[in-house]
Amino acid sequence: MTAPSATATADQLSRSEPVRVRRRHRHGVGHVVGRVLLYLMLAALLIPVLFPVYYVFVGTLMESRELSTFPPRLLPTGVNFENIQGALAAVPLLRMYTNSLVMAGIITVCQLVTSALAAYAFVFLRFRGSAVVFALFLSTLMVPAEATFIPNYLTLTGWGLGNTYAGLVLPFLAYAFGTFLLRQSFRQFPRELYDAARIDGMGHLRFLWTILMPLSKPALTAVGMYVFITSWNMYFWPLIITRSTEMQTLQIGLNSLKAGEAANPGLVLAGAALSVIPTLALVIFGQRFIVRGLTAGAVK
Amino acid sequence: MTHGSVTERRAASPPSPKPSNKRARPGRDAILAWGFLGPSVAVFALFLVYPLGRTVYLSMHGNDIIGQPNRFVGLSHFAEMASPEFGRILLTTLVFTLGVVVPGVVGALVVVLLLEGVLRAQRFLRGAFALPFAFSVASASVIFAVFYSPGNSVLNGVLYRMGLDQVPWLTSQEMALWSVALTTVWMNLGYGVLVLAAGVGSIPKEVNEAARIDGATGPRLAWDVTIPMLGPQLFFLIVISTINALQSFGQIHILTAGGPVGSTTTLVYSIYQDAFAYGTSDFGRASAQALVLLVVVLVCTVVQFGVIERKVHYS
Repeated sequence: MTAPSATATADQLSRSEPVRVRRRHRHGVGHVVGRVLLYLMLAALLIPVLFPVYYVFVGTLMESRELSTFPPRLLPTGVNFENIQGALAAVPLLRMYTNSLVMAGIITVCQLVTSALAAYAFVFLRFRGSAVVFALFLSTLMVPAEATFIPNYLTLTGWGLGNTYAGLVLPFLAYAFGTFLLRQSFRQFPRELYDAARIDGMGHLRFLWTILMPLSKPALTAVGMYVFITSWNMYFWPLIITRSTEMQTLQIGLNSLKAGEAANPGLVLAGAALSVIPTLALVIFGQRFIVRGLTAGAVK
Repeated sequence: MTHGSVTERRAASPPSPKPSNKRARPGRDAILAWGFLGPSVAVFALFLVYPLGRTVYLSMHGNDIIGQPNRFVGLSHFAEMASPEFGRILLTTLVFTLGVVVPGVVGALVVVLLLEGVLRAQRFLRGAFALPFAFSVASASVIFAVFYSPGNSVLNGVLYRMGLDQVPWLTSQEMALWSVALTTVWMNLGYGVLVLAAGVGSIPKEVNEAARIDGATGPRLAWDVTIPMLGPQLFFLIVISTINALQSFGQIHILTAGGPVGSTTTLVYSIYQDAFAYGTSDFGRASAQALVLLVVVLVCTVVQFGVIERKVHYS
């Protein structure tokens, strides 16, 4: 995939060269000044936006002595891993990493299943009140999660599920946003294919599992990435439902690291850098899917 | 893993008689439909609908020190809200929301409009602006905590190099809320850029070409054509940012814990403090505030649906 797109870019570059030169002649000096201004403004915005991204990784690799000088150094003099080792020793980050992965993984898989089943019912099954039920589904999106946390906390601790994986994931196993997005995608599915499969005697679940799901991969990926990132980043719920460090998620661990190591910013930055690598990879390599998921409500 | 086994077990259970039969009986579809909706409905009923009822119940009860409701107090939790303390919490919430939404939306708009003028590397630059989206609330907050820390503040170091005065980022009552808002604006910018860039991408090419033929370029094109065409996306972004800002929690918990002297205690943070933060749990008071939050968010969402409905009908 990389090779063809690279050649395409090279092609475009060589082709666009003469065009650019001609344009510059046509618009003269004013145009050049405009372009320079444009790039200056973009740089003025991009530098503060990227600085924290830059500094979290550079600061992680700095020595504590470099980090504690004032004014602080912005360029590293060397590479050292003492902050990463220190962060791993101060807080059980690897255990918390696992907790976050397990939690976000279970929530993502379960939401994909519950959303796909519900979306299938709305698109392919006829039943009374379908439209009303769908409207009720959508109305659940209006409720801020924070308004349900107190009763959910009481329910789950009452069941003895405080400080467990079950307690972390149970309230989030279904979410109407996924149903909404998958419904949009399932509606694009050619009706004739569905009819053909049904006439051939294929059951609903087999059709959903062997034909519809594989053909809906882009939508499933979009929903999955969205759900994974949001649950990986959850803060309020894991903070209240977990008690022991062994059950806490990475995000809560970052706060413990910050609270406990205030005098040692290197460890805090190292923890943040480690925590952000998976989502950074998703944003860099899966941006088109994320855009699909995020902007589904914004673009018709 | 769970996925596969659940589905296969279910797949095996419904026998498949003659297909013609199946299509002729809508009642069968209905039973199956409720089976498919079942898991979602169960989660919503247990963790969304029931909690809302219980929140109403709790909000009208006083409780003992560990939060067990022990007496009916009617609406007195709501009556207590007519106090300067709660007024301050609402005002803080409002200022914080404005301080996040206005710069966030304007910033994203400026970035997207500037990117429109870029001929080369547009996608790359957009991706660079979207990077903060990868940062969780907690990671962004601890990074900014390092930036703001009084000891070796990175931001104050930059200001010092530029010959500017030091700023008491989190230690002054006037400044702390803005510092938390700045962190939030940074975290949200990537999302705004992605939403608006998708909107710009959906503007028909003919519209831009027609405007260019009419001689509109640069800022004129942006002001007269692009911004009006982005109406729906801008509106969506404003509503979503407002709802998110109202629900902000992690950055306040990590950066200021509501202080100094309550200057960053928003509605959500106040709910947390009353219900979970100290040794005592005042679930009654917290639930009453949770209902206020619910109403505020509902109003924002209803406004959004109302306007979008109108747009759909008009177009």
